[in-house]
Amino acid sequence: MKTICFYFQIHQPFRLKRYRFFDIGTDHYYYDDFNNENILQSVTARSYLPANQAILEMILANKGQFKVAFSISGVALDQLERHAPEVIDSFRQLAKTNCVEFLSETYAHSLSCLKDPDEFKYQVKLHSKRIEDLFGKKPKVFRNTELIYSDELGEMVADLGYKTIITEGAKHVLGWKSPNFVYQSAVNPNIKLLLKNSKMSDDISFRFSDYQWSEYPLTADKFIDWIAKIPENEQLINLFMNYETFGNLQPKESGIFEFLKVLPYYASQKGITFSTPSEVVANLKPVEALSVPDLISWTDEERDLSAWIGNALQNEAFNKIYSMSERIRMIKDRGILQDWLYLQTSDHFFYMSTKHSSDGAVHKHFSPYESPFEAFTNYMNILSDFMIRVRAQFPSGIEDEELNSLVTTIQNQERTIADLENEIKHLRTKKSKLNIAPE
Amino acid sequence: MFGWEFPPHILGGLGTASYGLTKGLSMQQDMDIVFVIPKPYGDEDQSFLKLTGACNIPVVWRDVSRECLREHFGNYMNSQEYYDLRDHIYADFRYLTTNDIGCIEFSGRYPDNLMEEINNYSICAGVIARKEHFDVIHSHDWLTYPAGIHAKNVSGRPLVVHVHATDFDRSRGKVNPQVYSIEKNGMDYADHIICVSNLTRDTVIQKYHQDPSKVTTIHNAVEPISKEIEEIVPVHGTNDKIVTFLGRITMQKGPEYFVEAASLVLQKNRHVRFVMAGSGDMMESMVQLVAKRGISDKFHFTGFLKGHQVYELLKSSDVYIMPSVSEPFGISPLEAMQVGVPTIISKQSGCAEILENSIKIDYWDIEAMANSIYSIISYPAMYDYLKKEGKREVDEIKWEYAGQKVRNIYEQVCNRR
Repeated sequence: MKTICFYFQIHQPFRLKRYRFFDIGTDHYYYDDFNNENILQSVTARSYLPANQAILEMILANKGQFKVAFSISGVALDQLERHAPEVIDSFRQLAKTNCVEFLSETYAHSLSCLKDPDEFKYQVKLHSKRIEDLFGKKPKVFRNTELIYSDELGEMVADLGYKTIITEGAKHVLGWKSPNFVYQSAVNPNIKLLLKNSKMSDDISFRFSDYQWSEYPLTADKFIDWIAKIPENEQLINLFMNYETFGNLQPKESGIFEFLKVLPYYASQKGITFSTPSEVVANLKPVEALSVPDLISWTDEERDLSAWIGNALQNEAFNKIYSMSERIRMIKDRGILQDWLYLQTSDHFFYMSTKHSSDGAVHKHFSPYESPFEAFTNYMNILSDFMIRVRAQFPSGIEDEELNSLVTTIQNQERTIADLENEIKHLRTKKSKLNIAPE
Repeated sequence: MFGWEFPPHILGGLGTASYGLTKGLSMQQDMDIVFVIPKPYGDEDQSFLKLTGACNIPVVWRDVSRECLREHFGNYMNSQEYYDLRDHIYADFRYLTTNDIGCIEFSGRYPDNLMEEINNYSICAGVIARKEHFDVIHSHDWLTYPAGIHAKNVSGRPLVVHVHATDFDRSRGKVNPQVYSIEKNGMDYADHIICVSNLTRDTVIQKYHQDPSKVTTIHNAVEPISKEIEEIVPVHGTNDKIVTFLGRITMQKGPEYFVEAASLVLQKNRHVRFVMAGSGDMMESMVQLVAKRGISDKFHFTGFLKGHQVYELLKSSDVYIMPSVSEPFGISPLEAMQVGVPTIISKQSGCAEILENSIKIDYWDIEAMANSIYSIISYPAMYDYLKKEGKREVDEIKWEYAGQKVRNIYEQVCNRR
């Protein structure tokens, strides 16, 4: 019996405002509120709300047989909370049906796993807590930013207590193997891997309304038919995509919602079910170990990291921000910590990409900047200001290590002082009692 | 081919482009080029074409002996050619001022009596067109359009005009009607029009009312830099970064935006020097503007630079900037990129259409300009990236490829007849 595992990604970065070098040191607000709100509300109206509504109806109509998973980045949640809280409510409603699973990821949709494992772990925990607070369930399945994964990263995620990871079914990793099975990590057999079926996922998210595509128009019965024709032993079809596919990347007029709505009907006719990632790993056993020595992602033809750290500009910006990790961990200022998260979002690096292949168009499409150079300059100006603020927290002449020990000493001293004060208080009351006693 | 300038005696980009294009064309084995300029100096590179000076074309019949001619021309032109040309004098030009061998004197520059010189040039073109055998006539810029038209009328061969600039670019819209009429006439007579950028092509179609199907864009390219230039060692007298503007200091080049951007950058970072190289009618007002902004200690004027001085300055620069208000093509950023200097160019310049690894800004957006300058001098990754990738990119922009495209147009106009 075959099963379809849907997972949708929801993410919106905090786009940065036009930040000139004159502003360095004077202006500490970095975000383009107008643009962010505008985009968020447009996506909400076109995609998030109608899609949520459609999925809710499908779950109710099919009496719980239709199931999906969502991964919502922390920065997207922050923005939704601010500009479109009704979307969060509607996700809560979905969560109540018990047919929806929420996945774990890094709070800032960041690439911290590549550079700063401590930050990575912190962000995963932060996100997990946020999801639990909002939807009442602790995420059990992990998906990294842009489905970035490698064996080493798998270990790191396993340390955080996750047993299932979602990633890309990259051709150069799979070779002749099919993504339609559950795999396990080659280095840690406890980690189960769910791989994206790229061809079928992209059929929906990229090619659905492409009239030059030989399979256009794609209908639900045709799509389910393809799945039914997959060899019987391949039981799992992982369809992972950007949630904006519904209504934004594929406009409402293309019929994408109707396509989605009738999927369960045709699926049930062919005996195909729907499952959440957790159910999948509970029901299916891994067939084989998959070794992924190098990092993979779900972006661009190469399925690697070249979209974010592929050129010298991106590397510079990336190294610069993570050069501050040590200091940041000693800081308690909430404003700085929040900016620190928002500036790590992978999109900022994506805008600096200078790739010229056919994927270049995608980079242009999503970027608020006219050129990668502008993206870099703007980001670096903001980072310069941010670094000034971080440095201003502590005297600059001291090495990180020394500073760390000093901060610890101060904290210890504070604790001791507090203890001693308590003791004095205690003794004083005791004394006053004693004083009263003789009379 | 009719042109007005030829290296090494050049006054602007026109000469460089004419030279590069003919050199690129000459790489095609079956291409013979006769290039006519008003006044050759004798030290031009003639290895790949035949250079003819209009000042050596007889327009009035004089009985001159071979000895006398040898004295006059040296090895530059042989006397038989003179006699052949003399046989093709087609009208009575005795009313013109001619010298002892019956030729008209040319200044070869852009003198006050430019219109007269253009007319004289066209008279000489008539003689050449009657004598030489050729398949296509190619005229570079409006100064030589009348000559091209004349040659076409005489020979019946197709005329291709090459628009390196229009008067709309030179005057920021205040067009000289006399120049406009010559330009328009040339384009009307042309069988095909080549423009150096889409920007120019649009102007030609819209302002000169040309049929789009006979207007093609062929972007300029650059000559590879010579070994001599490669060996120039950059001088850095101070630790300050150097930002360079190089070009005529005229309205077209937008020098005032450069000064304003400089003053913005200097408010934040004092370790930068700005250099304005070149001369022009706005020089004085620029000096005044610099003084008014109080940045004279960091802003330097070099005056007009020649030959190697240009590259000495370029090589010492950390940023090259071309804030042109309207630039048909603008070859100089490409030259800067060749020696590994990061560039900032205005979106209103033709080369912005083909360059990827250059920062593009609106010429009026001095904030963006200042921001880009700041970025290059403050973030080493930006500098390194533009330096490396810019050079790699520009090394692939070759005249040979442009020549091939011109050849296609030649074949098109020849076959049409």
